[in-house]
Amino acid sequence: MRLLCPNCGERDVREFYYQSTAGALIRPDLDAGEVVWDNYLHNRDNPAGKTEDLWYHEAGCNAWIVVIRNTVSHEVLDAELAADKRRDTEAKK
Amino acid sequence: MLNMVAKSPFEDLLPIACGSISLSEDIIEYVTLVASKKGNEKQLSDTLKVAHGMALPAPNRITGRVEARCVWFGQQYLLMGPKPDQSLNKVARLTNVSDGYAVARLQGTESERVLARLVPINVSRNVFKRGQTARTLIQHMHGSLTRVSDTSFQIIVLRSMALNLVHDIERAMQSIAARDHL
Repeated sequence: MRLLCPNCGERDVREFYYQSTAGALIRPDLDAGEVVWDNYLHNRDNPAGKTEDLWYHEAGCNAWIVVIRNTVSHEVLDAELAADKRRDTEAKK
Repeated sequence: MLNMVAKSPFEDLLPIACGSISLSEDIIEYVTLVASKKGNEKQLSDTLKVAHGMALPAPNRITGRVEARCVWFGQQYLLMGPKPDQSLNKVARLTNVSDGYAVARLQGTESERVLARLVPINVSRNVFKRGQTARTLIQHMHGSLTRVSDTSFQIIVLRSMALNLVHDIERAMQSIAARDHL
């Protein structure tokens, strides 16, 4: 598999480290309650189709990135820097 | 009295050559890690231009000349050659990493074939052009690879990996020579 890095372009998957779903970037408030935190920490969707994942370009530019890809067709659709994504999400709040 | 003798990263290891391909050490007096504050790149670039005569490189690019180069290094930049001017301190965070990295030069028209065995990116001349750089893997090592001319590459790895780099490149060189000899 080849992933898209916003800095480096298309690169071999061996340069990347997989972390988790990109949902990890959206941390709930401290007082959000047990159910919300349980979902955030432990419960994952298992979608057939479009997924957003958090990857680390470990052997490349050292950026944390969000890669959007299709788990059915294996197509890599888009990628952006996790820092940018987080900032956009915060701004929308 | 104990007499300490400074050694370069590839002392006793380089140069090596095999056929028309050679690997030699580039001794760079000052290597400085330059970290810009986010959004401060323009100011840093202007300061760098005044102080050392080159702009800040775009991602995957280098700027400057042999004696003073700026190399894109992922989230930061490497200033290679000159002692960093004081003015840079105001616009960036500087760290002296001169003893932290080993810098080598792979030379020869066939050098692309050596890298093709070690690096998971396309380094052919029509794709990876002069002045282009990449943070990537060199065998199992994290490194920085730059094309400095049509026939030569600059390779930077952590100094502790100097012996590994020589080992990996030497083996790749020998494999190519053996194959050509068949």
